[in-house]
Amino acid sequence: MAVTAIFGARVKRKEDPRLITGKGTYVADITPLGCLYVAFLRSPHAHARIKSINASKALSMKGVIAVYVGQDIKGKLNPVPTGWPIATDPPIKIPKYYPLPLDKVRFQGEPVAAVVAENYYIARDALDAIEVEYEPLPTVVNQEEAVKESAPLLYDDIPNNTSFVWELKGGDVDSAFKEADLIIEKRMVNHRLQPTPMESRAVVAQYNSATNELTMWITTQAPHIHRLLISGILNMPENKIRVIAPDVGGGFGSKIPTYGVDALVAFIAKELKRPVKFVEDRRENYLATAHGRDHIQYVQLAAKKDGRILGLKVTSYANLGAYLSTAAPGVPTYLFGLMLSGAYKIKAVNCKVYGVLTNTAPVDAYRGAGRPEATYLVERMVDILAQRLKMDPAELRKINFIKHDEFPYVVCTGIQYDSGNYERTLEKALQLVEYKKMRGEQAKARAEGKLIGIGISSYVEICGLGPSRAVRGTGFSLGLYESATVRVHPSGKVTVYTGTSPHGQGEETAFAQIVAEEFGISIDDVEVVHGDTAMIPWGMGTYGSRTVPVGGGAIAIAAKKIIEKAKKIAANMLEVKEEDLAFEKGRFYVKGAPSRGVSFQEVALASYQGEQLPAGMEPGLEATTFYDPENFTFPFGTHVCVVEIDKDTGQINILKYVAVDDCGRQINPMIVEGQVHGGIAQGLAQAIWEEAVYDNSGNLITATLQDYAMPTAMEIPSFITDSTVTPSPHNPLGVKGVGETGTIASTPALVNAVVDALSHMGIDHIDIPLKPERIWKLLKNR
Amino acid sequence: MIPRNFIYFSPSSEKEALELLNEYKSDARILAGGMSLIPLMKMRLVSPSYLIDINKVESLSYIKEEKNRLRIGALTRYYEIEKSSTLKKLLPIMNEAATWVGDPQVRNMGTIGGSLSHADPSGDFGSVILALNGQIITSSLNGQRTIKADDFFVDSFTTALNANEMLKEIVIDLPEGMNGGAYVKLERKAGDFAIVAVAAQLSIDSKGNCNYAGIGLTSVGPTNLKAKKAESFLLGKQLNERTIDETAEIAASEARPIDDPLRGSAEYKRAMVKVLTKRALNLALKRARGV
Amino acid sequence: MEKNTPIKPVETQQKQLYHIKVNINGVDYEHDVEARLLLVHYIRDVVGLTGTHIGCDTSNCGACTVIFNGKSVKSCTMFAVQANGAKILTIEGLSKNGELHPIQRAFWENHALQCGYCTPGFIMQAYWLLKENPNPKEEEIRKGISGNLCRCTGYQNIVKAIMQAAKELRSK
Repeated sequence: MAVTAIFGARVKRKEDPRLITGKGTYVADITPLGCLYVAFLRSPHAHARIKSINASKALSMKGVIAVYVGQDIKGKLNPVPTGWPIATDPPIKIPKYYPLPLDKVRFQGEPVAAVVAENYYIARDALDAIEVEYEPLPTVVNQEEAVKESAPLLYDDIPNNTSFVWELKGGDVDSAFKEADLIIEKRMVNHRLQPTPMESRAVVAQYNSATNELTMWITTQAPHIHRLLISGILNMPENKIRVIAPDVGGGFGSKIPTYGVDALVAFIAKELKRPVKFVEDRRENYLATAHGRDHIQYVQLAAKKDGRILGLKVTSYANLGAYLSTAAPGVPTYLFGLMLSGAYKIKAVNCKVYGVLTNTAPVDAYRGAGRPEATYLVERMVDILAQRLKMDPAELRKINFIKHDEFPYVVCTGIQYDSGNYERTLEKALQLVEYKKMRGEQAKARAEGKLIGIGISSYVEICGLGPSRAVRGTGFSLGLYESATVRVHPSGKVTVYTGTSPHGQGEETAFAQIVAEEFGISIDDVEVVHGDTAMIPWGMGTYGSRTVPVGGGAIAIAAKKIIEKAKKIAANMLEVKEEDLAFEKGRFYVKGAPSRGVSFQEVALASYQGEQLPAGMEPGLEATTFYDPENFTFPFGTHVCVVEIDKDTGQINILKYVAVDDCGRQINPMIVEGQVHGGIAQGLAQAIWEEAVYDNSGNLITATLQDYAMPTAMEIPSFITDSTVTPSPHNPLGVKGVGETGTIASTPALVNAVVDALSHMGIDHIDIPLKPERIWKLLKNR
Repeated sequence: MIPRNFIYFSPSSEKEALELLNEYKSDARILAGGMSLIPLMKMRLVSPSYLIDINKVESLSYIKEEKNRLRIGALTRYYEIEKSSTLKKLLPIMNEAATWVGDPQVRNMGTIGGSLSHADPSGDFGSVILALNGQIITSSLNGQRTIKADDFFVDSFTTALNANEMLKEIVIDLPEGMNGGAYVKLERKAGDFAIVAVAAQLSIDSKGNCNYAGIGLTSVGPTNLKAKKAESFLLGKQLNERTIDETAEIAASEARPIDDPLRGSAEYKRAMVKVLTKRALNLALKRARGV
Repeated sequence: MEKNTPIKPVETQQKQLYHIKVNINGVDYEHDVEARLLLVHYIRDVVGLTGTHIGCDTSNCGACTVIFNGKSVKSCTMFAVQANGAKILTIEGLSKNGELHPIQRAFWENHALQCGYCTPGFIMQAYWLLKENPNPKEEEIRKGISGNLCRCTGYQNIVKAIMQAAKELRSK
């Protein structure tokens, strides 16, 4: 059993044995005795006044226990708060988002009534027996339409359906544009997506009326935040609520927000004094769980003839849906605007974002959250500039890159990139794809009438969210530090309690690797506990590629505190001075006399026995840390994609895909690769296949997995992955995070490849998704 | 997604099934593979009062070669068609088309009779049967009927079956001489309904002239369509780039696509009929020539 | 609007139940079920084997894949009554005597899962696929699992795992 060099090893995951045998426990698998089931009646209209609801027939059905409508919760449940009310002038307008609407529905699928029944089948039957009289209202689904004077209003007190206008001014953009030899203007659409974790959302609530304690199992990425917000909605003390995230089947951002229906399920459990369960079906997940992206961007880029980029102006219309979801205001603003200088030395960036309410499902974070929308725009504009200047896109990137010896580097948007070597990942990616040879093949293919394209995307990402001072400055309601408790038991076995809430990312393994390495013990002796507010002091959750840099950082610090204390105990046990001790491979020993020593396990036992402790020291061996990082982390990399286009049909065939990523030090390269693979697949999915489509009346026509085109193993190619390691200088572990890099990089890499294949026809941009028809239409007209 | 309740029957013979169908008629639905019917029931778009599950009627599942004909029982699963050595030898277009139906699990359950009876214009096998000039044999307590495939598909999700009748088998006259077929499908992603798909079956005589041409079109009309004008144009002609191109052009003109916000505009679909018809004919020709 | 009717008229129409006998993972079960009870709900909620998951409800994602009389099927698109007399194998029945099945082990060793939600469906589909085609090419594996969706892995390691399992099963 190897007990050293665990950090950095391709260790098989500790979470897998239960998941590959069907012994995982997801929320839908939990059914307390006497459990009731909730089904929601959802609005078929995207915008309508509720004139009346008659549930008497439903209530008379056998097995139906109760029906709740908006008026039943009036005054009993508070609206769902927004967790990121960004600071703008004039102030952000936050609509009241009740778990069940009181008067109007504002998107298709918004729940209007909850049926509680003895089983799910009866609850579903009862939905058909509820009569709702709606007065349909005019609908607006597109954000550019919604801001027009003539548009129907979702809220009487929110003019132009505009919740906020957010501005970012970095550098002197006017002088940058004056200096320019050329200015490129483009309108770009970054369309709406349905996050689609394979597990839809579910919640089980159980209430003990004697103790006034509420236990909730929720498919959540952030149990403590959910507890805090649900306590507010329910007017219930936070310390009387326990939120548990058991195994969670992916989230990709859509399980960060707190949903009104979850609080409502808890409310029903309290009212009826019985456990209550709600499991979304996929259609409900698509109609009512938060969507992602959905920007319309107007971009201007100023550059010199020699390829130097001087400035960028962006006006973006962000579709937020009908209500402001938990993180919704921050995603298309800070997480977008701050990333607009990409990997480049750009003097000035101006960004203006209109946060627009429409009759669509709420929009919140989706893998990458704001950063893919920024990177796509930047990487597309860089390619368009290269095309205009007839320069090689790789060369143009090199000209504008922040150089490796310039870090830390403060970009014009005001943030400080911690470390990087952008040239190196680019060079490595170009080598792996055999760039020169591919260009030759492209020229040859073109001469034969074939359409082959090579697309590069060099990204940098802001993650490891984040320093509390910085995020509080953006209006985020809490700090974004992370907690960890590392508890060494008398036997020397260890339990780690993390405030992050992994749901597929593998931190039960990666965190155990950190601790095993620090203590010099076997990874089998470390258990990682997450996702339970009763066991973990506090936690901000898993999203924004923060789990390893922030959550892992906290664990590393806590482990170091334990070593410090253990060393003092060991010194006392060995009757030597602390500074005379060395710690290696799980053993404290006297320098120069290695046979005199005590094992980590012996020290652990002594710490609980007490009599061998130095005078005044408390017994026990555990540490709790709240780690608040001093800066964000900035992973980066270059992806290159090669495609061939079928001229007759417009279909894209991905011939090769190379990814070189740098996420700092890697705890488990196998898991890193897995994150990159999945990320790339999701980014490619946006580039070609996936799109949430509403018709003009606000009907979601991609409301099932039959219609929402999530790619299969037949569409997604194999990827060639590699990495470089540029440690984060300020992170305790030198790590940066890797959960979102693939998604951020791959969409522009693919689109750049497709446009490159068509560039000789004078095509410089095509809006995503690149459905074959879109490409076919372009080709037909040439 | 939960269906409404229903009364369930699991007859063990065809006769028993037909008796039930005769009793409940349009209040009943036959459950074969269920790959189209059950999702519709779960979405409550279809709610039969009686469900007659014929999965235990094994006599309805077969692929039989018989003189110059091939008989396929209604309950034959797509996976059996995909793997059938009889079909590989006699009508390989069937094996090829089967690999395009849904996905592996769907093909393990889904039956040819079930999907033809469902008459979804984006179904794959309607086009194949049209291209092969197949015949549908129906049965009821009143006896059997033979319906030409072209007359079987009446409208979207509507067939010539009477309420007391079920699809019993598909009969296909086997091609003679040098022959080949192809099923070519353009889809957004694996397992999706076709944007457009084309089935083509050709026979050529010793001089290289076409003596059989069958072309079926998927997802471009209210039903699977038989491109009759294109077929008759090609008949008796030499197969070459020009005639194939013209045939494809005619097939495109016979298509009746409508705009689909997810799977393509009518304009695109029509253009793709031409592209895919060409590809299918070229493949079929290659196979007929044995190259 | 909580209901407050302690006494109700007896319903005239008795809900019709069907008696089914099913063998799951070698164990015989007998239950009276509604005609419309979906097989996946029977397996999960009646028998209590929750390793089989529901991901889409429309037979697109394959999370509910089980082996039904030797064939892989999507149990969300079947009724429990159809399983009368059937032999079913679910993810819980795959490992024997505490030994992981080679497919399970290959998924573990190749990091072919992340959140694990789709995993039982993929493993059961791979089980069927390798029974039908013990020596598949990469393309055949990709086509063979095209009825299963995974959001986490990008499929690459799943394909790799099935390749490895195929090799191991062949050598047995």
